[in-house]
Amino acid sequence: MIAALLHSKTAFLKIGFAFAVPLAVAGTPLPSQRASEVREIANETVRVPPTVFSYRAAGEFNRERVAVSAPLLQLRRDAPVVIMKSQVTEAAFEECVRDGACRALARPSLGRPDVPVSGVSWEDATAYARWLSSRTGEIWRLPTDEEWVFAAGSRVKDEAVETDSDDFSQRWLAKYDRESARDRTADRRTRRIGSFGANEHGLLDIAGNVWEWTDSCFVRQSLDAADRAVGEPTTNCGVRVVEGAHRTYATSFLRDARAGGCSVGAPPDNLGFRLVRDEGSWLGRFIVSLKRLKPIG
Amino acid sequence: MFNRRSMLMCAAVSALLVAAPALAQDLSKLARVKVDLVAPPFIHPHEQATKAAPRIVEFKMNIEEKEITIDGDGTKIHAMTFNGSVPGPMMVVHENDYVELTLVNPDTNSMAHNIDFHAATGALGGGELTLINPGEQVVLRFKATRPGVFVYHCAPGGPMIPWHVVSGMSGAIMVLPRDGLKDETGKPLHYDKAYYVGENDFYVPKDENGKFKHYDSGGESYPETVEVMRKLIPTHVVFNGAVGALTGKNALQASVGERVLVVHSQANRDSRPHLIGGHGDYVWETGKFANPPQKDLETWFIRGGSAGAALYTFREPGIYAYVTHNLIEAVELGGTAHFKVDGKWNDDLMKQIRPPEPIGAGDKLGSIAPHTGHAR
Ligand SMILES: [Cu+2]
Repeated sequence: MIAALLHSKTAFLKIGFAFAVPLAVAGTPLPSQRASEVREIANETVRVPPTVFSYRAAGEFNRERVAVSAPLLQLRRDAPVVIMKSQVTEAAFEECVRDGACRALARPSLGRPDVPVSGVSWEDATAYARWLSSRTGEIWRLPTDEEWVFAAGSRVKDEAVETDSDDFSQRWLAKYDRESARDRTADRRTRRIGSFGANEHGLLDIAGNVWEWTDSCFVRQSLDAADRAVGEPTTNCGVRVVEGAHRTYATSFLRDARAGGCSVGAPPDNLGFRLVRDEGSWLGRFIVSLKRLKPIG
Repeated sequence: MFNRRSMLMCAAVSALLVAAPALAQDLSKLARVKVDLVAPPFIHPHEQATKAAPRIVEFKMNIEEKEITIDGDGTKIHAMTFNGSVPGPMMVVHENDYVELTLVNPDTNSMAHNIDFHAATGALGGGELTLINPGEQVVLRFKATRPGVFVYHCAPGGPMIPWHVVSGMSGAIMVLPRDGLKDETGKPLHYDKAYYVGENDFYVPKDENGKFKHYDSGGESYPETVEVMRKLIPTHVVFNGAVGALTGKNALQASVGERVLVVHSQANRDSRPHLIGGHGDYVWETGKFANPPQKDLETWFIRGGSAGAALYTFREPGIYAYVTHNLIEAVELGGTAHFKVDGKWNDDLMKQIRPPEPIGAGDKLGSIAPHTGHAR
């Protein structure tokens, strides 16, 4: 067991950096595929074996009333995550629409079997998961944020902002600069599956230009001086964690989070998803998970 | 059908007017200065007040027809530009200076263009004297008799006028009083920095799937673009030519204590600039400096076809959104710029006393209980 959930941040940071592998190394672009092969990929899953991984907690945290970076946790899974190799495709989603189980997209897709569906809300994604489960007799659901990060492996970028200043505006500006510095492609149109390569587990297009809904709710937590949770977190399940090239949070009924607002630096290009297949026994088997974050004596 | 040839037909024969008699005094003794224009949101170096006698200020602008990307989806339009930028560059002179513009229409362009200065008097703002075909250039001089910020735009006649304007062909000129800007009591006002935010409305046709269409040429885009224009609902309302052109890496910069002048122009449509988290300390809403500025404005109104100016001293660091306060246009259509302001936070003006926390959490710690009743 890991004794303390929330060590000092610097100790965890080191672990975090050890995981950081440059994208170019991790990603191997696929050769062009025929539609039939793509259809197979769409139904394929990847079994990510248990391991220890570092996880920057999702949500917002404050320590002694000042906003701080989320704690970097070291998590260990003792069961694999079985997750779709590619994002759910236009063709697959349209099938759910035809069955009357999913709401039609705002902009009809071309129903391509080799392009990830985009313009879907968390509600759409969960409706699809329900439909797929009833069709297959298996349990399909959106991954939790921890599961997504675990499966995304080296493609996860830790973007925590560290400033020494107790002037909140400095942190705000640093965060804005970080968001502004992201490489943006002018073309946000979705691309063929595999265009963004595979990660070390064989998952395709992680951190490409389609962001993925997770099942995790937005959480706000107070920490004490030793970075231990103080009191119960505020949980808002109307806002879900969205993962991709960077982590963000989106209102669950939004199908397009692109419209930039006031101080939003770089919203997700597209909203899509992939599902995990629940194999029952390991559900909730995180030895450490944010949901169980409690003060530790 | 619409083709390059029929567009060229719009090119009027303006030679007759050029030969008209002139009553201008002998200007040969006036000093001449040449100004190199810079692309917005920046403004070429200039004096705020000048001791110099009125002079002739020379500018040169190349008209450039080119494709530009106007949003993050890669939507492209065949833009028409003054000097290659949307909006065109800001020109600055002083009251009673003579503006002498060399306007060039390179033969790589396909259309006739001209320029109508709202700051100028007569001949349709100069439009009647400046209509040039690809491969031509023209030199126009006008006297800047009225201090203020003014729109200029292309107006090549008939249906070409709105189309050229909503294809990007507008900019602004600032005619400063010779002794500079003044407050309502006549006391001088200065700025440490000036930005030009030119607003454009675009009307891009969509295909049957709701996706923005792309055309091989401006001419091909014309018929369907006019259909969208006539419905008066823009698909894009943007600052500096594209959604996000003044945010992120391109956010406008300022520091706490800096006095910043923001000139806002809209050649075609009403707009309502608002600085979220700030104000307009002094605002020339209609943009004309002979009128006293209004003070402490929250939002100001830019009438379509005009420019306005707002002077503001930043008092807190952080991010400020400068929007058109029709927030649908600001957020959905693109009308948002950001100011990135560095400096030290002033708790006296604002402080978060307690961070967001569960309702009632403050009670134990002695703070005032929030209203109960219908929480959530
Ligand atoms: Cu023109």
